[in-house]
Amino acid sequence: MTMRYSFGGDEHIFVEVDEEMSLDAFFKSLSITNVVRDMKIAGVTEICPANASFQIKYDPDVIAPESLLLELQRLEGLADSNDSTLATRIIEVPVYYNDPWTHETQMRFRERHQDPTGTDLEYAARVNGYATVDDFIAAHAGSPWFVSMVGFVAGLPFLYQMVERNKQLQTPKYLRPRTDTPKLTIGHGGCFGAVYSVRGAGGYQMFGITPMPIYDPAQEISYLRDFMIFFKPGDIVKFKPVDRAEYDTVQAAVADGTFVPLIKPVTFSLDEFKANPAAVNAKLLGVLHGA
Amino acid sequence: MALEILKPGLATTVQDLGRPGYYHLGIPVSGGMDRLSLAGANLLVGNEEGDAVLEAVFLGPEIRFTSDAVIAVTGAELPVKIDGVECPTWTTLGIKADQVLSFGFLKAGARAYIAISGGVDVPVVLGSRSTYPLGALGGYRGRKLEAGDVLALFPAKRPVAVGTAIAPELRRGPGASPVLRVLPGLYRHRITAEAGKGFFEDTWKVAPEADRIGYRFRGGRPLEFVPREPPFGAGSDPSNIVDSCYPYGSIQIPAGAEPIVLHRDAVSGGGYFMIGAVISADMDLIGQLQPNQKVRFSAVTMEEALAARKDARTTAAKIRESI
Repeated sequence: MTMRYSFGGDEHIFVEVDEEMSLDAFFKSLSITNVVRDMKIAGVTEICPANASFQIKYDPDVIAPESLLLELQRLEGLADSNDSTLATRIIEVPVYYNDPWTHETQMRFRERHQDPTGTDLEYAARVNGYATVDDFIAAHAGSPWFVSMVGFVAGLPFLYQMVERNKQLQTPKYLRPRTDTPKLTIGHGGCFGAVYSVRGAGGYQMFGITPMPIYDPAQEISYLRDFMIFFKPGDIVKFKPVDRAEYDTVQAAVADGTFVPLIKPVTFSLDEFKANPAAVNAKLLGVLHGA
Repeated sequence: MALEILKPGLATTVQDLGRPGYYHLGIPVSGGMDRLSLAGANLLVGNEEGDAVLEAVFLGPEIRFTSDAVIAVTGAELPVKIDGVECPTWTTLGIKADQVLSFGFLKAGARAYIAISGGVDVPVVLGSRSTYPLGALGGYRGRKLEAGDVLALFPAKRPVAVGTAIAPELRRGPGASPVLRVLPGLYRHRITAEAGKGFFEDTWKVAPEADRIGYRFRGGRPLEFVPREPPFGAGSDPSNIVDSCYPYGSIQIPAGAEPIVLHRDAVSGGGYFMIGAVISADMDLIGQLQPNQKVRFSAVTMEEALAARKDARTTAAKIRESI
């Protein structure tokens, strides 16, 4: 990994940690942005970690662009010596796969898809070498995912699957983006999963929908009263397949304020994960389910 | 003290100077697309520069006032009418209770800033009154205005004499042949040197897809990419990158075809390469571009970008002193 620094106009420094996506690149990006945040550098106004890169917005009237660049390059060294453990949380997200709403949307935009005769799940199962849609869903819901970036639109998490690279699910995006995606769609593009926080345009394949809102600007939903956005980079997500009846039950519980997302604190070690992903995932799921 | 929206215009929203600090969660800064005009309108009515105003685009609203007020309209040349009588733009105007503010057809520019003494009273959300419609956040109910909306006003602050005006030489606009200055960088290395040169030589035209999220341009030559093996996670198109943050003003060119300059309601990240970013001093100009307008991009250095920023600050200071 060679870090590449570039100015984005006169108000941003953009740092590519690595050209390709990996947990190492994500951890390094998260680690450096945490160090930069702790430094409270005068003139730095926004610190945005992304999948394998990050971006710093600053006021050039307060700090000279070249001075900030040198400071960031100095902090890169400091972040290197940090150990790669992360105190975070694991969250269970219920998903109604193969739901009628994303299905209806898929059919409306079928001519923009690689496979106009099938569904997104059938296509994704085929291009990833799974015999059936059920096998594909089992793989999608089987391992945890890292929130490696929050953005695009308000509160949308990008998710990176926590398995060896050769097992990661990958799909192309739609040939031409849709102008509509149902709110809370579980999407997938490239190697990244996503939960569409708001209704709108999108190009990711659509696999299902969650009844658990993750963005509430009105801050009326019980678990979004303190802050309107649910996810932050470093969160770990585990999808749980649910049927229509359970989807309806959760949605009703969200509406009457009784739904409490299943969340447990965990410590994640990148080194342990790299040595034995399956064992680390099993431990994480043990914590989630109270074992 | 209130405004009653009789006709909303095309996409009139409440805006102030924005909501910094939440871009890492996908919430953009928002705020007026032409900040100098927004601040100027506020100064003309005795407000703080960052008080909430109405931003109207292309087509003005029709508004009845429930009490006497002082108003000013800056930015685009959108003819101002009070009870049908034309009044000057960039000028402090008095309006009486029950009078109606309306607008003629757009003559130049794109966005008009309507400031009212006291400022528009909508709740502060995450530190700002600006509207971010995609996230249903801020402003008046998180959306553009509709007929029948009633907006409250704060009490007037400092008196400003009716007829006070911002001098024409201090009204900065894109002019007849706009040039947007760009600091090249970001993923510039993804296209060939020749394609990079061509981008700055060609004349581009503002596409109909031009809004607060971003401005799309058409008409230049398609860009040729440097061949590569796609990095893991980037996607197979030569213009794809592993999804990253997008700076405000950054110029992404999906498939090398139509550049998009992100503006104040920017999507905070995505998977397309960027050739560089428009400098901060020229962002206001984009807010005043109309579809079909011809534009050129010109490459500048960081020193030139900072000098342009200083010039813009000097203009802002002169406006402040002149009122």
